[in-house]
Amino acid sequence: MTGARVTGAGGNGPLLKVENLRIALQGDGVTFNAVENVSFEIGRGEAFGLVGESGCGKSITALSVMGLLRRPLSLGGGRIVLDGEEIQDASAAEMRRLRGKRVAMIFQEPMTALNPLSPVGRQIAEMFVLHQGASWREAMDRAEEALRQVRVPSPERRIRDYPHQLSGGMRQRVMIAIALACGPDLLIADEPTTALDVTVQAEIIDLMAELCAAKGTAILMISHDLGLVANMCNRVAVMYAGRIIESQVADAIFATPSHPYTRGLIDSLPRLGERARRGRQRLTEISGVVPSIQAYPAGCRFNPRCPAVTDICRTTVPEATSLPADGIVRCHHHG
Amino acid sequence: MLLVLVRRVGNMVPTLAAVIALIFVLFSVIPGSFMSGLGDDGRTMDPAVMERMRKEMGLDQPLLERFVKYAGATVVGDLGTSFRTREPVTKLIAGRLWPSLKLTMAAMLVAMAVGIPLGFVAALRPGSLIDTASMVGAVSGLSLPKFWLGLLLMYFFALQLKWLPSFGYGDGGLTHLILPAIALGVSPLALLARTTRAAVLDVLNADFVRTARSKGMSERRVVTWHVMRNALVLVVTTVGLQFGSLMGQAVVVEKLFSWPGLGSLLVDSVFQRDIPAVQGCILVFVLFFLIINTLVDLAYVAIDPRIRYG
Amino acid sequence: MRLGANTWIGGGLFAVALAVAVTAPWIALTDPVMDANLLNAELPPSMEFPFGTDAQGRDIYSRVVYGAQISLTVGVVSQIANSIIGVTLGLTAGYWGGWWDDFVNGLTNVMLAIPSLIFALAIMAILGPGLVSLLIALGLTNWSYSCRIARAQALSLKSQGYVQAARILGYGPFRIMFTQLLPNMLGPIIVIATLGMGGTILAEAALSFLGLGIRPPFPSWGSMLSDARETIAIAPWVSIFPGLAIFLTVLGLNLLGDGLRDIFDPQATTRRA
Repeated sequence: MTGARVTGAGGNGPLLKVENLRIALQGDGVTFNAVENVSFEIGRGEAFGLVGESGCGKSITALSVMGLLRRPLSLGGGRIVLDGEEIQDASAAEMRRLRGKRVAMIFQEPMTALNPLSPVGRQIAEMFVLHQGASWREAMDRAEEALRQVRVPSPERRIRDYPHQLSGGMRQRVMIAIALACGPDLLIADEPTTALDVTVQAEIIDLMAELCAAKGTAILMISHDLGLVANMCNRVAVMYAGRIIESQVADAIFATPSHPYTRGLIDSLPRLGERARRGRQRLTEISGVVPSIQAYPAGCRFNPRCPAVTDICRTTVPEATSLPADGIVRCHHHG
Repeated sequence: MLLVLVRRVGNMVPTLAAVIALIFVLFSVIPGSFMSGLGDDGRTMDPAVMERMRKEMGLDQPLLERFVKYAGATVVGDLGTSFRTREPVTKLIAGRLWPSLKLTMAAMLVAMAVGIPLGFVAALRPGSLIDTASMVGAVSGLSLPKFWLGLLLMYFFALQLKWLPSFGYGDGGLTHLILPAIALGVSPLALLARTTRAAVLDVLNADFVRTARSKGMSERRVVTWHVMRNALVLVVTTVGLQFGSLMGQAVVVEKLFSWPGLGSLLVDSVFQRDIPAVQGCILVFVLFFLIINTLVDLAYVAIDPRIRYG
Repeated sequence: MRLGANTWIGGGLFAVALAVAVTAPWIALTDPVMDANLLNAELPPSMEFPFGTDAQGRDIYSRVVYGAQISLTVGVVSQIANSIIGVTLGLTAGYWGGWWDDFVNGLTNVMLAIPSLIFALAIMAILGPGLVSLLIALGLTNWSYSCRIARAQALSLKSQGYVQAARILGYGPFRIMFTQLLPNMLGPIIVIATLGMGGTILAEAALSFLGLGIRPPFPSWGSMLSDARETIAIAPWVSIFPGLAIFLTVLGLNLLGDGLRDIFDPQATTRRA
């Protein structure tokens, strides 16, 4: 990975502001908070990373920004502000106009995220027909151009191919072409490379970063891979069990991780060169498992797995403490 | 496409051969029981007639020889001579084929035209009144005996309201076709409604539908552009299996409405112990099933790009 | 385990049908065959004859009650035969594979190609009318669904760890099939059997309607309808009640099957497609 970073383009006010987001999960007669008290901001052209283990709520946070939460999940509260406009209560028709055009999304499984019965060119062309009123003929020409931009070889032939005729990497390129077709302000990428071969992963990440930088598109990158996210993003937030527990500038999170969970994540990463420096040291793992949503512990939700746990952790939810450069951490014992 | 056709037709051969052998075994190896079996109704067979039939069927010849003869004749389309009318069975069948096809196709048309849209509507509004009503209707439709439904239709629409003729073929026009087609079509209709609903619900949960929504598509466009075709792929199999067996299923409806199709011919031939005609009818039903399912396989290739030269 | 409305309503209807069949001699008002009285012919439903009388003046209610015995006997017995044949073939085919699997597959294809009603009709034509013939004809012709499900389940179960473990422990193939595989596929098999029983009852009614199943004067719901067309204009009750009995019994089985599927087989491997 080259670490091509998207740099903030400035402008007035953040592009996306999420405040005290709460996502409700409707169970059998009980409602759980799958996500609560989640706040973050993404500047124009900025790349922001959201990291956590599967089930921590990062994907549904992204879906809520897209207005794509479906039963049994629903928005329970909080504000989502896109470019100064509150969209958490927007009607379905209003959200539809934002989706694809201003906010686009790439999903984890390029295998199933494309319609198997439709040629990929048509699936890209739909964007131009939907949002720019293009004719199908015109849209297909532009779809070919879009494929060329994501560096699919011989795009004039590929537009007629069906998804099953393409490799995983090629399919994800098609997804990127679809997402960036209408020049959105924000691209949400939900584990875009998890299902791909390691060799292809870097290519896809670089391609995304490069295209977004060229168009000034901000990225909300969602991944379980802290290393990948820190490489690509300006700032990183770490989620655990439905809450953001730490948020820092990408470099700082590696240099001075403040939450025991973040430290655990970093220690569990294999790093080149590190072994030579520190000698044969085992990668550490975080003991225990992520609690299920029905069994979130009281207080700090990390307390059953935390090496530094004390009594207060089991009773009181830690408040956010400021860190340098707009960072925050929620831990009673940070530092 | 041609290659697929050749392969599919090739696949029919062993099944057809097995069916021919089965029909032979059922009726030619144990025909004595077939003849005496119907003696329960009091009519006993004249020994002289028995003997003539045995001769005619070549029962005095060795088994293998008889089978080769029967299979050979069948393969070249010679289904033997009817005991009853002394005509070639093929001619007998030819006269009944069109009414049978007409009834089967009309019933399938009713089933598809109503069942598939109903399943779609139900799936798009799960839990709604129309969903509940159509699914209760569908399970009821599957539970109705065809001939009883036909009887009720006959009672209300022919005898009470006098809108339609109660039975017969008439001059082959539409009015005589409507009631039998509905009676025959209701159970495939119900099954198609259920299958379509399940297929659409399946597809609505697919990742690519989420992608379509993330593109900013209206729900209506999501359905017409992405859900419909994918759901239809799943429904096509059911259409094939239902359509294929429907001609055979029609026996009771044909009998009830005195419809001059193959089903009536089969039942009449059974009672008259007209073995060649019985064998011929069964063979036609099987052939129809195999042809319909071959066509369905071809339809698959046309609508699903993932299937190649299957 | 939560039982849905389908299970309750369906199970209830089927339980009523079973109860009627078992208690027929006590709850019938008259003898279903002997008590004919032409003076009472084709009377509409009344206090004396709750469902009216037929062309021979027999009490339709009593005949419907006794008819339950035939329908349910045929339904239960032949469906058990179908399940045994289908599961045995499917289980062994899926477990062993090879030429036996090819053979069973071919056999299933042949069975599917002959419309099952037609196959049963052919067997009835050979064996002649009667209860035993019906049991044979319907018990031999409707096993292809059970077979396919059992085969698919055997294929997916045989690679599971506990089956591998049993093999390593030296269990023989039959012991593995019947103690390890079979118990784990019972859910879908019961679902198919419940739905199949409805189909078998419909087939019995159709054959008896055609005059090839239970012959008059014995009361089967299908045979009671065999000359209903002639009387429907003047005495519709002759047709309505036996048909309603078939409908409600089969509806019960179909609802029960759907309900059991929701419980046993949430992935709906048994969806009939």
